[in-house]
Amino acid sequence: MSAGLPVPPGQHARAAARFVANEVRAHRHDAAGWHLRSNRDRGAGSVPEWEALREAASAIKAHTLSRLADYLEEFERNARQNGIQVHWARDGAEHNAIVHGILAGHGVARVVKSKSMLTEECGLNPYLEARGVEVTDTDLGERIVQLLGEPPSHIVVPAIHRTKEEIGELFQRRLGTPAGLTDPTRLTEAARHHLRQKFLSAQAGITGVNFAIAETGGVVVVTNEGNADMGTSLPPLHVACMGVEKVIPRARDLGVLLRVLARSATGQPCSVYATHFHGPLRGGEMHVVVVDNGRSAILARDAFRRSLSCIRCGACLNTCPVYRRSGGYSYGATIPGPIGSVLSALRDPRAHADLPFASSLCGSCSDVCPVRIDLHHELLAFRRELSGRGLVPLGKRLTMKLLSLVMRSPRLYALAGRAARFLLRRAPWALRLGPGAAWARQRALPSGPAASFRELWDRQASAEKGGLP
Amino acid sequence: MAPTIGLFVPCYVDQLYPEVGWASLRILRQVGAEVEFPREQTCCGQPMANSGCAAEARPLAERFLSIFGRYDQVVAPSGSCVAMVRHHYRELLGDRPDLERVASRTFELCQWLVDVRGVSRVEGEFRRKVGLHKSCHGLRELRLGKSSETVGAPYDKVQQLLAPLRGIELVELARADECCGFGGTFAVAEEAVSCMMGRDRLADHEKAGAEVITGADVSCLMHLQGLARREGRRVEVMHVARILEGARLS
Repeated sequence: MSAGLPVPPGQHARAAARFVANEVRAHRHDAAGWHLRSNRDRGAGSVPEWEALREAASAIKAHTLSRLADYLEEFERNARQNGIQVHWARDGAEHNAIVHGILAGHGVARVVKSKSMLTEECGLNPYLEARGVEVTDTDLGERIVQLLGEPPSHIVVPAIHRTKEEIGELFQRRLGTPAGLTDPTRLTEAARHHLRQKFLSAQAGITGVNFAIAETGGVVVVTNEGNADMGTSLPPLHVACMGVEKVIPRARDLGVLLRVLARSATGQPCSVYATHFHGPLRGGEMHVVVVDNGRSAILARDAFRRSLSCIRCGACLNTCPVYRRSGGYSYGATIPGPIGSVLSALRDPRAHADLPFASSLCGSCSDVCPVRIDLHHELLAFRRELSGRGLVPLGKRLTMKLLSLVMRSPRLYALAGRAARFLLRRAPWALRLGPGAAWARQRALPSGPAASFRELWDRQASAEKGGLP
Repeated sequence: MAPTIGLFVPCYVDQLYPEVGWASLRILRQVGAEVEFPREQTCCGQPMANSGCAAEARPLAERFLSIFGRYDQVVAPSGSCVAMVRHHYRELLGDRPDLERVASRTFELCQWLVDVRGVSRVEGEFRRKVGLHKSCHGLRELRLGKSSETVGAPYDKVQQLLAPLRGIELVELARADECCGFGGTFAVAEEAVSCMMGRDRLADHEKAGAEVITGADVSCLMHLQGLARREGRRVEVMHVARILEGARLS
């Protein structure tokens, strides 16, 4: 079973407030994300040329995006030469139909799938399940959320929002582990036995794609659990699903991207497995489904193109102080966090008008990003875009209009300032009404000083002149 | 002849924290700067720009250029407002020579002291345990220091000015530069997360033994101070200019 989004789009602030209300859970989630960020710091810090590596990774991606169609065609040509069948899907619906068509053509009823955010984006699991295909997610974290009937709340660590106690209870219910078992090693062992049966009985394996190499016509899939390898070595049919942005020009570019990917994700020097697929198993078939689903529209946007460089390492989620304290579901989108906010807002600005504002614009995401996507500036640029389309809430728009009018007149500004300071001193309750309430509920208001800086300046100036004010 | 500095006192500093403007003025004069305070200045337009309201921000950016264009340099006790002028006016006004001129000559106070004035000696005393809050826009837009995400030689211009003070003890935080959660309208629109972020920062400073939290951005400090006061926490919050104003800088 696969679930829709637990929180509908457009409600980040409200969902985040609910998440924060459970302080223990919110702090645990924050600590889990920060733990990954700290590991990433150690991993990145162990490479003296880290910043040069980021620059190179960014340049490889920027170059590829500047000739995306050419590289995709080159990839297709070379993949076909390798005996791989290449399919093109305009959107998620086409992608799902193609994948199902391949499976149905082989009479597949049981399929194992390794981690793929693209198939989440396209809603592949429910599509296949509705057509009688059993899909087993084989990444441990993904299997956990699948058994819970939840979507991933993080793109690398899908079950980061769950505790080992909750997983122990789930496994007791679904996999028959002893009650009260919370030891991660033993729980993982139980999952391995459970998944082994699924691998042995699967008729096809679906994987995502981390990198598709134009020059060689092969794809590279990165995992820590070897589940993509298990899922593609036993069944004769392999379907790999990728977004158009996954292509890179040359095999040698992998050296740069693999080095930054694992370090940024978990701090590991490299992932446990980086498997190169350059053709079907003997007697089997390999298919690659290349999906656009809105990506070429993003490619056309100068201000946001770089977001397509994303290699899905999750570092921007781990470092984001807002993501860590609001949880993945609060974003109401398949991909949460800073990169998810950009991509979701680009896909459907009306539904996700809240996401560019679900950020303090601290810029940590941009500094951590291994391919140097200027995430916080893209979020800021999108705020302007939303405002241009009339999608900024009316209250905020009017406040800013009024503020702008006041600020254009030094006299009005001084008057408003004096009034505000007077109220702060004499009637602070008045400022706790309206928009001031959200400030003052948890924070003391500043104590209004008797004189502003400009008043002090004027007094000194007139004192120096020796004249009367 | 010494260059003439236009002192830019951001609107909320002018109205709510005049002592920070005053301390900045004292510091600038102490190092021999010729300072003027153009009375027509109001707001740089950051709240509007960060809300996406470019049409509302643009006239304020224009005003800023026409008011501060006549100075050799512009200095402000706020990393965030300076980042607005230096890095974000371009998004509102496009590439223009008058903008380029003002943007490249507008500095945050500590940035000006270290990079422009070349201050290398700080003589003074501050016998307190101090936690330095590295405000995001100063850090990651103006690069007042090395952010914890980047790899390279560490530096921090604010810390560099504070460290030589006699008796000061700069405490080490578990998270050196995590955002406090102010974020302009974010503080109100995302109140829950904003306040949790702020409380987490306060807790980190307190755990490290800080008696005073300082920083180069009044806005972040206003948020932290608001939380600390409401909860009756003992930690004091003070802009870096207030600490440096009694010292001799050369």
